[in-house]
Amino acid sequence: MRTPADIAAAIADGALLALPPDYSLVSMVSIRNLILRKARNLRLLGVPILGMSADLLIGAGCVAEVETSAVSLGEAGLAPRFTEAAEKGEIVVRDATCPAIHTALQAAEKGVPYMPIGGVIGSDLIAGRPDWKIVDDLLIVPALRPDVALFHARWADEAGNVWVGRRRELATAAHASRNCFATYEELRAGDMLEDELLAPGVISATYITGIAQAPRGAWPLGMPGVYGVDDAHLSLYAKAAKTREGFQRYLDEWVLTPRKSFSPA
Amino acid sequence: MGPYAKEELLACVIARLVEGSRHAAIGASSPIPATGAFLYQQRNRSFRVSLQQRRAANPFTEGSRELFDLAGQGRIDTFFLGGAQIDGSGAINLVRAEGRRFPGSFGSAFMYPMVPGTILFREEHSRRTLVPKVEFVSARGTPRALLTGKALFSWQKDSRKFLLQSFHPGEDAKSIAAATGFDYDLSPGVGETPAPTAEELALLRGPVAKQVAADYPDFARRVWGNTLAA
Repeated sequence: MRTPADIAAAIADGALLALPPDYSLVSMVSIRNLILRKARNLRLLGVPILGMSADLLIGAGCVAEVETSAVSLGEAGLAPRFTEAAEKGEIVVRDATCPAIHTALQAAEKGVPYMPIGGVIGSDLIAGRPDWKIVDDLLIVPALRPDVALFHARWADEAGNVWVGRRRELATAAHASRNCFATYEELRAGDMLEDELLAPGVISATYITGIAQAPRGAWPLGMPGVYGVDDAHLSLYAKAAKTREGFQRYLDEWVLTPRKSFSPA
Repeated sequence: MGPYAKEELLACVIARLVEGSRHAAIGASSPIPATGAFLYQQRNRSFRVSLQQRRAANPFTEGSRELFDLAGQGRIDTFFLGGAQIDGSGAINLVRAEGRRFPGSFGSAFMYPMVPGTILFREEHSRRTLVPKVEFVSARGTPRALLTGKALFSWQKDSRKFLLQSFHPGEDAKSIAAATGFDYDLSPGVGETPAPTAEELALLRGPVAKQVAADYPDFARRVWGNTLAA
């Protein structure tokens, strides 16, 4: 596995794909490669919410189903392709709430079939989730075992570990998933697990299926400490994606034209 | 005190509402609650403000589940929630209304019942947003207050009904009644929401604006554009 295209090729059509929110190290370069390889019927899992990554995949026709606590572009507003697809019934939306998704992944991490969480009772979410049960006034959520966890890491090392710092929901997703693919900014010599300061932010190679280097691979989202969110690009996208035509023009310019999409200004 | 922005008035109301709180968590896309919380923090340095989606220096080191774990233990006593619809029973709807799809419930279904001092905040105050009954209950809980762009309501625990406390400048009890789709009670002392003081405005336009700009750049530019020294 050498490139983000190899990662996209290894994610099968129909896979349950766990993705982080826009603020938590999204491998946007892999998202663009999934669109380029015309991935179909993906089932997205928001850990615990989704943003531009999901909106792009939905608009490009790659998605059959979304399980998430929300899909939003944050300050840039509603996620327009998600909104239209949900309103027209073009995708199945399994509405959840953030801690239910975290808990379901933690159950998978532990290899147990379900776990209880507090709150939630009284919400209409429960009526839409026949897989959730109430026992002794506690909500019981079944373990969630995604086929693939996908994200962008600050570093990978020669031992195959990746570093995500404080974004520990990525570790939970990696631990819970059958496969984990990561793109990364830079390769470090040696083994980060031997460095006391770096080790707490590491996801061990035990959980990693494949990695590929992709500098600025989170763009137009950010990599804290390296580059920030490209807010101008996000609002450009939010405006363009309001219509199908505008979204198609965006795809043509920023995703389907490799020169631009992979070496942003 | 000269003119002030609507956002500044709302932030000042929030700063008063969170008085006595020890730890506020602020969720997605909430620049006005963040501004109000930072304003209160200027006067009470031990007050902790955790911005869930902070881009840099995020307060959580166990990932985004840590916020919910903190709330589950009772370590968070102020949280803010909005809604495409809010009804007179305090239920909120973040999922769908009138055939339109909204982003989703986020953590509300957990946070609202778990956090004792949830403040409902929705700038748009209309019969479209404040409805007799929400079309979908994302979450139910016991709110501390409901703040809108037109008014402030407190919550009466016994009757489970909102109480109109004050209306913002330019409104009156009649205009609030006309814009509100649910039944509520009228506080005997109902009057105009106090305007920001000169001291509050100085704090907002100085240190608070700088803090807010780090996480809500568009908002900060819109409200304080020409006074922000970059």
